[in-house]
Amino acid sequence: MRLRITFSKSGALRYTGHLDLAKIWERTVRRADLPLVYSQGFHPQPKIQLASALPLGFLGRAEVMDIWLDIQPGNSPLPLKNLLQQAAPPGLTILDVVEVEARLPALQTQVDSADYEVILLDPADRLALSKSLIALLAADRLERQRRGKTYDLRALIQSLGLLDEDGSGNPRIAMRLSTREGATGRPEEVLEALGIPFESTRIERTRLILKTDLPNPP
Amino acid sequence: MLTPEQIEARLERLLLKVQKPGRYVGGELNIVVKDWTQVPTKVALLFPDIYDIGVSNVGLKILYDQINQREDALAERAYAPWLDMEAVMRSSGIPLYSLESHHSLAAFDILGFSLPYETLYTNTLNMLDLAGIPLHTSERGPSDPLIIAGGHACFNPEPMHAFVDAFAIGEGEEIIQDIINRHQAWKKSGATRAELLRSLAGISGVYVPSLYEAHYQEDGTVASVEARVPEAPPIVLKRMVAKLPPPTTRFIVPNIETVHNRVTVEVMRGCTRGCRFCQAGMITRPVRERSVAEVVAAAEEAVRNTGFEELALLSLSSSDYSHILELVTTIGEKFSGRHLTISLPSLRIESVSVELMDKLRDRRSFGFTLAPEAATERMRRIINKFIPDDQILETTREIYRRGWPTIKLYFMIGHPSETLEDVQAIADLCKRVLAEGRKVLGGKAKLHAGVSTFIPKPHTPFQWVAVDTPEQIRAKQSLLMRELRDGSIKLSWTQPEDTLLEAWLSRGDRRLAEVVYTAWKNGSKFDAWQDQRRYETWLAAFAENGLDPAFYTHRPRRMDEIFPWDHISDAVHKKFLFNDFRQSLEGQIRIDCREQCFACGILPIFANDRRANPGTSWKCPEVKSPATRKREPVPAG
Repeated sequence: MRLRITFSKSGALRYTGHLDLAKIWERTVRRADLPLVYSQGFHPQPKIQLASALPLGFLGRAEVMDIWLDIQPGNSPLPLKNLLQQAAPPGLTILDVVEVEARLPALQTQVDSADYEVILLDPADRLALSKSLIALLAADRLERQRRGKTYDLRALIQSLGLLDEDGSGNPRIAMRLSTREGATGRPEEVLEALGIPFESTRIERTRLILKTDLPNPP
Repeated sequence: MLTPEQIEARLERLLLKVQKPGRYVGGELNIVVKDWTQVPTKVALLFPDIYDIGVSNVGLKILYDQINQREDALAERAYAPWLDMEAVMRSSGIPLYSLESHHSLAAFDILGFSLPYETLYTNTLNMLDLAGIPLHTSERGPSDPLIIAGGHACFNPEPMHAFVDAFAIGEGEEIIQDIINRHQAWKKSGATRAELLRSLAGISGVYVPSLYEAHYQEDGTVASVEARVPEAPPIVLKRMVAKLPPPTTRFIVPNIETVHNRVTVEVMRGCTRGCRFCQAGMITRPVRERSVAEVVAAAEEAVRNTGFEELALLSLSSSDYSHILELVTTIGEKFSGRHLTISLPSLRIESVSVELMDKLRDRRSFGFTLAPEAATERMRRIINKFIPDDQILETTREIYRRGWPTIKLYFMIGHPSETLEDVQAIADLCKRVLAEGRKVLGGKAKLHAGVSTFIPKPHTPFQWVAVDTPEQIRAKQSLLMRELRDGSIKLSWTQPEDTLLEAWLSRGDRRLAEVVYTAWKNGSKFDAWQDQRRYETWLAAFAENGLDPAFYTHRPRRMDEIFPWDHISDAVHKKFLFNDFRQSLEGQIRIDCREQCFACGILPIFANDRRANPGTSWKCPEVKSPATRKREPVPAG
């Protein structure tokens, strides 16, 4: 059976990268004593699909992943969510577990966009920040270089704005960026365009929007 | 001193600037974080290399578990930061801190270093420096942590005597508890640091170097190392755990990839083979085995606790474990279908049966590694690892036949009296083994020959022997490189500089401490990393301190020479070692001591322990008669 798991990634796991996270999931499922499905061959790989790689240093509030268990569909051992949570390491919180149709397309191909929230570790002036955001949104094109390729960052920004202050007295930046294969906006690039150094921020991906979540699925 | 919160705030701005920041944050599954304010004794366990290597150290895992089981003590961890992290820590004023609670190491009561090998010494100094703790014992004050160290390298503690307050010699499970108890009593008493050290010296197995004085002969060799106070025993006898305690099963599961991601269960401690070059085989006697039931139960619990995909059954020679087939069979059944790899890290060629290979194949074990060490009959007799070519060829043929395409063979060059013909034989044997593989696998068959260079380690029958000179080593290595050009053979070797550095540090006396200090001060660290080790810095450090490195490595030894480590006893008689050395020169082999006891010295000293643990768990003969001797250290002579 194929399960779709929504989870958050926080604490020390912020500094665990994508590949290591897949390994953490494999071990979590083994500790929960659930029969994870492995590929055939000399080096069997567990069937785990993370919807979208979360860059090192980011927190994740609602990440999405599919895993396959060697259990007949519909015979989900209850309570799966508790079993997995008990086996999960600190920093991994399981928010939701649902069984999905086994024949759905690969999860990675289903992501459309992602929401991010950025906490600024240094004091920032709200008015000045608003002005930079407006200027950035007003641009038709934002040509940037990444790994030797030129691309238009502006086209990948679906929305960008400020959130209410959260006690610290500092505004937070919120953005929705395209997260499609070959068209993925990176929040640190947006921050750089705004002149904010990456290391003076804490970035959280708050939501992954799947194509099926959109009002008019393509 | 910075608070954990201050350290965390500074870290957040730095971690994304360094490689693999997951090394520096802790937060792994199965760590123990206790209420700092409620626990009287705080111990930090340190491995002086990076997290990726240190987190897999089995000794520290055991101690972490043992200490944290006490209500009145806590154990946290720290490792050496890699160069990039060290640079940002120094420039941002972040002291070395523990991964569990992020307290500065200076806030702990006891810092315990694991020193399994000697090339960690400069990193040890660097970690103390990063923690803001005075490097020299003599400079530490009442508020500084107690610095202790243990591990195999500590069987010659002298090169580190100036930096470590107290060494734990031998097995750590019980001794660490004694040290914590004494520390607690001392803290309550309000006595001076000097009194703490004297109190620690009274614990069996503890060596407090500042309570001893070394005297030298005119020729530079040691005349004596004498205790200065009555609490300090003239000879420090190692601690030995008569019955292995239940294995640790709550291993920390790293959040990043490390060197070994696996459950380790020690199936047996010690080795009965008596290879003359092998320090571990001498200092870990007697051989004690765990039962199959205990190992299996521990493995199951540990896999449940960790979810690791590999289970390593550890010992110096796993295939010599009396119940190896039963163990591998039982584990194979228990974990069938769970995608668990079983590895036996050290296999003896003569005890790897065809049956064992089949069992391991079913369990998807990684490649096969075998260690013939030498390739001529003469050399094999000298080192007392007598494995005939036929046996090696037969075993490797069976391995290839079962579909493992790569076999790794370990050899050593530089054994006593070795000639180029002996080295040529290594190349010839490699070719013959590969030819066996080609018969069954064709071009797919591969061979990896790992050829290290022999270092005459303290407490071994070869401690009287000189190390090959760099020229001799290079000549032997060039021969192998010339001979083993086959594309299917991968040859790896140790740089002569690495061998010499390790040899100086292994065999050094107290005067080496200032060389270590000078080398560190001039930038040496990560000496175990070939790309970091600075040979010239070490040579300069010897020169600066007026010492000749060749004195420690290339000098023939008198048979009555007093070694710098003679006041540290592993319970094996020096006389036994010397007789064994003499037999080696005559080409005489000693068989496995399970078949015949050669009276190495273990039994008389640990007779009471043997009597209290009758039966087959120990591989020494049973002791029936009452103790005729008190448990006392071996005389140095």
